[in-house]
Amino acid sequence: MGGGADAAAGEPLPDRPVERADGPPPDAKRLAAEQLYVSFDGRNVLDGCSVDVRAGELHVVLGPSGAGKTTLLRTLNMLEEPGAGRVLFDRADVTWRRRQRGLTGPQKEARARCAMVLQKPVVFRRSVLENAAFGLRVRGVPKAAANERARLALERLGIGHLGGRPAPRLSGGEQQRLAFARATVLDLRFLLLDEFTANLDPPNVLALERAARDFAHSRGGGVLLVTHDLFQARRLADRVSLLAGGAIVESAPRDGFFARPADERTRRFLSGEAPL
Amino acid sequence: MAETVLLDIALLSLLVSGSATALSTAVGVPLGSWLGGREFRGRRVLRALLHALYGLPPVLLGLLLYLMLSRTGPLGALSWLYTPQGMVLAQFLLTLPFVVGLTWNAVGSVDRSVRDTARTLGAEGRQHLWALVREARLGILGAVMVAFGRAISEVGAVILVGGNIQGETEVLTTAIVKETGQGDFAVAVGLGLILLSLSMFVFAALTLVQERER
Repeated sequence: MGGGADAAAGEPLPDRPVERADGPPPDAKRLAAEQLYVSFDGRNVLDGCSVDVRAGELHVVLGPSGAGKTTLLRTLNMLEEPGAGRVLFDRADVTWRRRQRGLTGPQKEARARCAMVLQKPVVFRRSVLENAAFGLRVRGVPKAAANERARLALERLGIGHLGGRPAPRLSGGEQQRLAFARATVLDLRFLLLDEFTANLDPPNVLALERAARDFAHSRGGGVLLVTHDLFQARRLADRVSLLAGGAIVESAPRDGFFARPADERTRRFLSGEAPL
Repeated sequence: MAETVLLDIALLSLLVSGSATALSTAVGVPLGSWLGGREFRGRRVLRALLHALYGLPPVLLGLLLYLMLSRTGPLGALSWLYTPQGMVLAQFLLTLPFVVGLTWNAVGSVDRSVRDTARTLGAEGRQHLWALVREARLGILGAVMVAFGRAISEVGAVILVGGNIQGETEVLTTAIVKETGQGDFAVAVGLGLILLSLSMFVFAALTLVQERER
């Protein structure tokens, strides 16, 4: 991870991303990456990446495979250590360091208020209901209350009738609905979604997209979705950014992003070519 | 051989091996889980040492324990030589590396996405470790099965530490050795079949539990 720090200190920063105003007020609660550098095996996967998501918005970060999308979410969620740069939760620095013992107060708050749903559904080897109640139980919610909240969350995602089934035996779409319910049953402020509908059939995609939109627009949470799916970005996004070469090259409200892309790399990506 | 004697021998076998397995499970599962849930310097060396203990000859362990438990040995004050307690100690030490090592492997093999998901949902420290243990429970049950199999079929350590005293420390494996030595092959084979049946019964029960959890 050392290479990122060197890059931050000595090498020229990438072009400033094109950003246009709109969306939630600037003082809204936010989760932000500031000039993140993350490198693996000497290659900068994130190369000065700055991006944020604000409460009440659905921000889609587009990017080709290998652009650093998953690494960005993992770093925001304190699973990767950046070589340089910061992760901010509201105004608190919650950048995770591998050598630290335990989490700081602000990091605990960020961990409690952010959750992530991965591209490949991850379920625990226990019942669907126990899975959905997992986060509540580790937060100390009594079993009966946790199960009741979990049951309602499963019903919202249309899988309430599967509560007693072993989670590993669900279909891929059902597992992803479960993963989504398990995250959103918590008292979250931000939801990080990593290609969360990849390889799912249209009814599952529809149900999950509706749930993501509800989380942002009805519950007032912030959703940061990374994907390479332009159609999904058009359907869901309030704001769209393009991540290419480990950095954000353009960020704008949805309609402007698609109708009037300002950066050549964005135009190339939207036309189906590699952005760089 | 009278039926009651046979029953006593079979029961003592189960008691000694069952107690040893329970003890090595009580110590080995938490230790193996703790080791499997973290990364630390010297991990590979420790794992190699532990794996080397898989090959520890029971008769050598029995000899070492015999010397330690004998009247002049460092553990002589326990007076456990030629007692079932000494035999349990021998089988406990023999099976512990298996339980620790296989539990370590099982917990350490839990997929990174599962580890990360538990963490992002708020599980830290003991809660996170417990989540991993629950994920690895099939592998941990396998470790317990291996330990019991090792204990119930073992002869070298218990014959030295227990002394194979009829009615006191005689178990199925040591009785087979004795009957074979006396040329009573029919009884020896009969004891072998009882041992096999007991072992299969216990393994079938544990396998059913494992299948139900799968």
